[in-house]
Amino acid sequence: MQYAILCYHSEDVVCSWSKEEDDAVMFKLMVAQEGFAKAGKLGPIARLMPTTAATTLRKDSDPPLVIDGPFAETKEQLLGFYIVDCGSLDEVLDFARELARANPGGAYEIRPVTFFQSGTASEAGAA
Amino acid sequence: MTEVSDIEKILSAARPKAIAALVRNFRDLDAAEDAFQEACLRALKTWPVNGPPRDAAAWLIFVGRNVALDTLRRTRKEETLPSEETISDTGDAEGRIVEQLDDAHYRDDILRLLFVCCDPVLPSNQQIALALRIVSGLSVKEIARAFLVSEAAMEQRITRAKRKVGVSQVPFESPGAVERSERLAAVATVIYLIFNEGYAASGGSAHIKAVLCEEAIRLARLLLRLFPGEPEIMGLTALLLLQHARQDARLDADGAIVVLESQDRSLWHSTLIAEGLALIDKAVRHRRPGPYQVQAAIAALHAQARRCEDTDWGQIDLLYGTLERMQPSPIVTLNRSVAVAKVKGPAAALAIIEPLAPQLSGYFYFFGVKGALLMQLRRIDEAKVAFDHAIARASTAAEADHIRTQIDRLISESKKAGATAMT
Repeated sequence: MQYAILCYHSEDVVCSWSKEEDDAVMFKLMVAQEGFAKAGKLGPIARLMPTTAATTLRKDSDPPLVIDGPFAETKEQLLGFYIVDCGSLDEVLDFARELARANPGGAYEIRPVTFFQSGTASEAGAA
Repeated sequence: MTEVSDIEKILSAARPKAIAALVRNFRDLDAAEDAFQEACLRALKTWPVNGPPRDAAAWLIFVGRNVALDTLRRTRKEETLPSEETISDTGDAEGRIVEQLDDAHYRDDILRLLFVCCDPVLPSNQQIALALRIVSGLSVKEIARAFLVSEAAMEQRITRAKRKVGVSQVPFESPGAVERSERLAAVATVIYLIFNEGYAASGGSAHIKAVLCEEAIRLARLLLRLFPGEPEIMGLTALLLLQHARQDARLDADGAIVVLESQDRSLWHSTLIAEGLALIDKAVRHRRPGPYQVQAAIAALHAQARRCEDTDWGQIDLLYGTLERMQPSPIVTLNRSVAVAKVKGPAAALAIIEPLAPQLSGYFYFFGVKGALLMQLRRIDEAKVAFDHAIARASTAAEADHIRTQIDRLISESKKAGATAMT
């Protein structure tokens, strides 16, 4: 079963990390992911820019309305996600706990995936 | 168990929101700061054990208000006859605690707080110092170091500024649309000045100055979160991100200035550049151009050129032309001359800047550009004179060193030219 791990954290805090602190967290996360990567369980990973860079298309009106900013104003913001392939929820939770040790604060929302397509975009397109 | 360093980050991130709400409550900067300070001390005691609350700002506001009310009650007991005013004030304050804090409230509170710091009665260096102290919460020591003045002098500057700004003179009702946009423009200017103080460096080492740039970016992002649909705030944030992205390439290992043309572009921060470009994309959709957006677009053209020779100087010349029409200033014209030199040659550029001499006679960069143009035109003696003027006006050792390197180049080139002439 595939799961999405949605990463929520306070962007005020994350944006205040120095480059060194940011690099250190990213490195620790990479180490935490190693086991899953080797076992072929790690799907795409994305880190998102701060919500100030977000644009929302409200499609409940016709024509859809384009609004600056994120869809939802939350205390913690959606700042990234993982897709993983796991045998059970417990296994995902263990993996998420490891990620949490590397990057404490905020929350991970774990959601089973019903449809997944790896897509055609290349990694090179990301910033 | 939460690390103290994490808690300090959470506290400083919550600070603008919390201080702004406390100022609304107490209508006094010092009282708000004291209450915030006390709330932070309590947070440092309880959060490591219980973990930080989900809404740190709301927690700090609530605790800050309660602490201040306790103090007020205690002092009231000591007084024999409380004045009626004090009683009604307290009732008012208690009523406000119950009041629901929504984001719209925060938004105008923070804008008001920033606006108080940008009071036009203050000279700009006091505005910057006050905003850094009150809103960002930098220590007096940190601010003093960034401005190269003693701690005592900075303390005095901030106290004087606090006394001059009338918190009470800025109305506490929600501002109207026109007033809000005027406040926004004033606040954007101060954020820009804070960044410039860190970027252009009127003295001081680069490391200390970077704090100011980072703080300005934090404030710009905060402002943009409060006003997500303002293209000029997008432009301002983009401009700061794009300029700051070059930070690591601007000085070499010895602290000497590396000009844009010679910078190692692999040292530019690609994530900051990408964020800046994303914000420009968003801003352009609004079709309401303004000076920050134009400056950001110029910075973006530099950021997108993989090598210096790939720079679209023609487009940069056009954008500076637009900026000159929006915001005529000799400095903008001086900047345009650099693009003109690339597109139409040094003689055309020199013709543009020569009329600026009376206005820019005290400006280091003017003589630097003039000297470089004269050098390209092989007018060696005049170039030397211009560079001498530049050195005399340099405000940092790095600026002076940069010009000296140019002079050394002139001397060695003129020797070479002399040698060639003799053979």
